[in-house]
Amino acid sequence: MSEALHPQQFDPEKAPLITGGQTFGSITEKISSIVEKRAPKEWWLLFAMALSGLFLLLGTLGWLIWEGTGIWGLNNPVGWGWAIVNFVFWVGIGHAGTLISAVLFLFRQKWRTSINRFAEAMTIFAVICALLFPGIHVGRIWLLYYFFPVPNQMGMWPNFRSPLLWDFFAVGTYFTVSLLFWYTGLIPDLATLRDRAKKRIRKMTFGVLSLGWRGGNRQWQHYELAYLVLAGLSTPLVLSVHSVVSTDFATSLVPGWHTTIFPPYFVAGAVFSGFGMVMTLVIIARKFYGLHHIITAQHLDKMAKIMLVTSSMVGYAYSMEFFIAWYSGNVYEQFAFINRGFGNYAWAYWIMISCNVILPQFFWFKKIRYNTKLLFIASILVNVGMWFERFVITVSSLSRDFLPSSWAYYSPTIFDILTFVGSFGLFFTFFLLFLRFLPMVSMTEVKGILPEANQHHETH
Amino acid sequence: MIHGILAEFRNPLDLMHAAEKVRDAGYNKFDCHSPFPVHGMDQAMGLKRSKLGFVIAFFAILGGLIGFALQSWTHSIAYPLTISGKPLFAWQAYIIIIFALFVLFGAISAVLGMLHFNRLPRFHHPVFYSENFKKATDDGFFISIESEDSKFSDTETKSFLESIGGDNVELLEGDDE
Repeated sequence: MSEALHPQQFDPEKAPLITGGQTFGSITEKISSIVEKRAPKEWWLLFAMALSGLFLLLGTLGWLIWEGTGIWGLNNPVGWGWAIVNFVFWVGIGHAGTLISAVLFLFRQKWRTSINRFAEAMTIFAVICALLFPGIHVGRIWLLYYFFPVPNQMGMWPNFRSPLLWDFFAVGTYFTVSLLFWYTGLIPDLATLRDRAKKRIRKMTFGVLSLGWRGGNRQWQHYELAYLVLAGLSTPLVLSVHSVVSTDFATSLVPGWHTTIFPPYFVAGAVFSGFGMVMTLVIIARKFYGLHHIITAQHLDKMAKIMLVTSSMVGYAYSMEFFIAWYSGNVYEQFAFINRGFGNYAWAYWIMISCNVILPQFFWFKKIRYNTKLLFIASILVNVGMWFERFVITVSSLSRDFLPSSWAYYSPTIFDILTFVGSFGLFFTFFLLFLRFLPMVSMTEVKGILPEANQHHETH
Repeated sequence: MIHGILAEFRNPLDLMHAAEKVRDAGYNKFDCHSPFPVHGMDQAMGLKRSKLGFVIAFFAILGGLIGFALQSWTHSIAYPLTISGKPLFAWQAYIIIIFALFVLFGAISAVLGMLHFNRLPRFHHPVFYSENFKKATDDGFFISIESEDSKFSDTETKSFLESIGGDNVELLEGDDE
């Protein structure tokens, strides 16, 4: 790979994060010009595809609301199918965005600045896709307000002791906080676009969106504190969200779900899949928009390392589940896990193991971490594997519950599949619009880590 | 009408040195504009620590209390219903929503509090009279001193800023107000 740094010469302490001799001005020009120039042809092509996906989604949703959840492949005992699988899948993807923007911020990882805006946008759109599924799976969507703790004529209240309601609060808070965090980070960059704008309508739009930001230190002072606190609040939040999602499963008595390992295991898996998605998106965007100097091979290398770590955690959880099933002496639990590996859904289980545990082991090799093409393929397979993880957990346990007479095999219908494909349309429509109209890299933060921003201030 | 004076500096380090001199000269209604936050600038300008943290803490705790009140009131008073044998006042089960509302209130108050302390949104400000100021969000570093400052004088402040290394020193003039 021509853009790769030569692995042998590479010293993480000394190598610059941003290459190509960038200055403050060149960063502004590079990032802002993307949203000021006409969109490249590839953008239109991808946008047309994404938009068709979105229309597909709207079509299937319309039919779902008209006809009811009977159009899906749900049966008895598998009452939770792709809707829940897709919900967990999309929420999980969001986690990498918050991890990059908040957790790495608290750990002062400077390399996050090139990809955090990107990843946060991904979080928001992924959580929108996620929220769609619990919304539509209720069947009678016009009764959705039952979820909300509002007084109503039936004197009916939600049950706060139920994990499904915790989930509603956790994911709702997660979405709101992610959106606030993202917008706060955008304010100074929106001001840059405002000041560069030539046309009146652009000036007005970005003028209003940037709230009249002046970049004065009296403003930066409060701004930086607010940003730090948002990062501090998001960090426990992101760890809690997927933990709460896992309690939807873990507090039930179904064999294979009723385990205490679920919360940390779900969080590790979420970060793993999220980094896979960030990797996919970053590799596409840096190629189309020529951002190799800002999102360098070093950034991809670091993301691959995080994927390796989280993949190993997930692999540990998979094997620990088997161990505990054996160690517990509970025959139902033991059956559930042997059934996962060798039963009716064994094909899904082994897809999951290959993509999530075996494949990322190649990331031990530096050559592979610096090979963009292999990383791209691996990042997609990681998300295939993580989707199957949720499928295996949800469906294999339900299809073989306590009572053999109620066992059944679940397969999706065409509407399950089209709705899931359509949710990618929704995601990419939002994401491509973001790439087109908003700065995809945080100019402010990248400028802040350039060497010329940190000249030493001699003591006085 | 003169609203203030704007001077440009070459880089973050010069800006910081200049800020110290402006501070030491006794000005207090001035600001240092940069495209990114410059570390050590709060000290150079002689700013006190932001009080935003207290505001956030207050609202975050309030959020947590609302979460606790909402859940215990619902299950103990408004709609006491036994579900799968769980106690009505099951405080352990309330922790997650208490935490969620703690974070939610904290985050919203962080953003709104930041805007409040920064007096934003404010779409009109004297510094925007300057064409040159457009660089402040790109690669320019500026000090602005407001005419409301007690030490302000059109001529002296101008020559002071020039003497500490300011380029393109200009009066911010506007005809409104």
